[in-house]
Amino acid sequence: MLDTTARIGTPEGIELTLRVAGPVPRALAWVLDLLIRGVILVAIGFGAGALGQFGAAVMLLSMFLLEWLYPAWFEVNWSGSTPGKRALGLMVLHDDGTPVRWSAALTRNLLRALDFLPFMYFLGYCAMVSNRDFKRLGDFAANTLVVYRDEKPRPLTIPEAAPFAPPFQLSAAEQRTVLDFAERSARLTPERSAELAEIASSLTAGRSGDAATGRLVALANHLIGRR
Amino acid sequence: MKQAAFEQRYGGEIVRFESWLEHKRATGKRDPTRPVIALADVDMPSAYRRICQLLALARDRQYSPDLIDRLNQLVLRGHHLLYGARGGHPARVLKFLAADFPRVVRDEWRLVAASTLLFFGPLLGMIAALAVYPDFIYYLLDPRQVAQYQDMYDPSNPRLGMRESDDNLMMFAFYIWNNVKIGFQTFATGMAFGLGTIFYLLSNGLTIGAVAGYLTAVGHGVPFWSFVSGHSAMELGAIVLSGVAGLKLGGALIAPRGLSRKAALVQAARPAVKVMYGAALMFLIAAFIEGFWSPLTTLPPTTKYAVGISMWLAVLLYFLFAGRGRGN
Repeated sequence: MLDTTARIGTPEGIELTLRVAGPVPRALAWVLDLLIRGVILVAIGFGAGALGQFGAAVMLLSMFLLEWLYPAWFEVNWSGSTPGKRALGLMVLHDDGTPVRWSAALTRNLLRALDFLPFMYFLGYCAMVSNRDFKRLGDFAANTLVVYRDEKPRPLTIPEAAPFAPPFQLSAAEQRTVLDFAERSARLTPERSAELAEIASSLTAGRSGDAATGRLVALANHLIGRR
Repeated sequence: MKQAAFEQRYGGEIVRFESWLEHKRATGKRDPTRPVIALADVDMPSAYRRICQLLALARDRQYSPDLIDRLNQLVLRGHHLLYGARGGHPARVLKFLAADFPRVVRDEWRLVAASTLLFFGPLLGMIAALAVYPDFIYYLLDPRQVAQYQDMYDPSNPRLGMRESDDNLMMFAFYIWNNVKIGFQTFATGMAFGLGTIFYLLSNGLTIGAVAGYLTAVGHGVPFWSFVSGHSAMELGAIVLSGVAGLKLGGALIAPRGLSRKAALVQAARPAVKVMYGAALMFLIAAFIEGFWSPLTTLPPTTKYAVGISMWLAVLLYFLFAGRGRGN
C-alpha cells in the first residue's frame, strides 16, 4: 500500500494501525513551537529586563530550559504532544505504540542537535524522507514514532439505499473498493463520483452519471448487510 | 456475519468501552462524584481484550474502514492506558545516583578511557607545549579572546574568572546554558559515527589546554588554577562522560555486533542517555561551584587547590566504588 501507516503488534496478538506524520506537518509544528517559545522568552525578557543581573540569570536559565526541556517535558506530560504538535494533531509514541517516557523523549530531543545540522534540520529531513516511518535520527535512537492523533472517529458514512446484490461474486479487494467508494461518494462532487463509478462498468452495467453512483452505493449497502 | 448485524450485536460493548475511555479522560483519577458508568475499572482489561477481538474480526471480514478505524482508535487508547502508565518513583532517582550511574559508567570503561584520552590528551599536550612556546595560542584563539582571558585572570582582579560587573547568579546561569549545550552537542553528534563527538572532545581539549598553558606561562597561573580547581572535576568529568555517551552511539553504528544498525543504535541509546542524565547533573553542580565558589578571592589559593583535589578524589572514588554492593 502507498498509505503512510505503521503497524504495531500488541500483546493481545492484534495489529494496530498508526498513521505516521510526514516532514511538512512536523516542520509546521516545530515552527509553531518556536513561535510559542519565542513569545514566552520575550515575555520573560520584559519582566527580567527590569531586574538587571538577576534578570539576565533568569533569562539564560529560561533559554536553556525552553531549548532543551520544553519539547521533552510536554511529550512526557501532555500525552505525547508539544503545543505545536497538538495544534497539528500529532503525537509522539514509542515504536510499540505506548506513550513516550522520559528516556525516549530526552533521547529524541537531545539528538535535535544532530538532526538540525548543517542548517534547518537538513540531516533530519534527509533521514525522514528515506524511511517509511518518517523517522529523523533522534527517532531512530529513541525508537519513537510521530503519528496523527485522531481521537474522534468519523461516523459511518455509507449512504442508505435499497440494497442490491452483486451480479457475481466479488473478491475481498473488490468489496473493499466498493465500500470505500460508497463511503467517499458523499464527499466527492457528483460529477467526480459518477466518473469513478463508471469505471466499474461490469457492476454498473452501462449506467452513467448519478445512476452509476447509485448502483455502487446500493451494492455497498448489500455488502454491509443492510436488508 | 454482515457488518450491520455485527454492529447491532456488539455495538453496546463498543459504546460501553468508548464511554469508559471518555470518562477516564474527563476525570483522571480524582473526581469520584461523576456518574458511575456501566464498565467498572476492574473489568477494563477484559473489555479491552474483547474490543481487540472485535477489531481482528472486523479486519478479517473486511468491514467498512470507518468501523475498523473506530475500533483501531479504541484499541490504541486502551493500549495507552493499559501499558503506558508506569510512573517514575522518587526512589529511582536516588537509586540512579547511588548505583545505576556509576555502574553504567564502569560498564563503558573502554569508552571512558577513549574519551579521556581524546579530551585530556590535547589538553595536557597544550599545557606542556605552551609552557615552552606561549605564543602558540594565537594559532587557536584570536588575540581579542586571549586578551579577554588575560583580563579575567589578572592577579589584581578582585573576583576571578569574570568581568568585574558580573553577578554570581548570572554567571551560574550562563555556565548552565553554555556548558550543558556543549555537553549535549558532544553527545548528539556522536550519532554521526562518533565523528562529532571526537571533534568536540579534541577541540574543547585543545582550547582549554591552550588557555590554561598560556595563562600559566604569562604569570596568571595562581588566579587561573585557583579559579578552576574547584569545579574542574565536575565539569571536565561531565565533558568526558558526554563524550562516552556520544561514542557509545557512534560505536553502535560502526560495529553493531550482529544486530541491525537500527537495533544496535536503540540498544546503545539506553545506557548513553543514562550517562547523559548523570553528565547533565554534573554540569549543573559544576556551574554552581563555578558561579559561587570559584570566583572567591578571600580564601588562600592552597585552600582552593585542596578543595579541587578532594573533588577529583571524590569523583574518582564515586565512579570506582559506588553501587558495587550486591542487593538491588
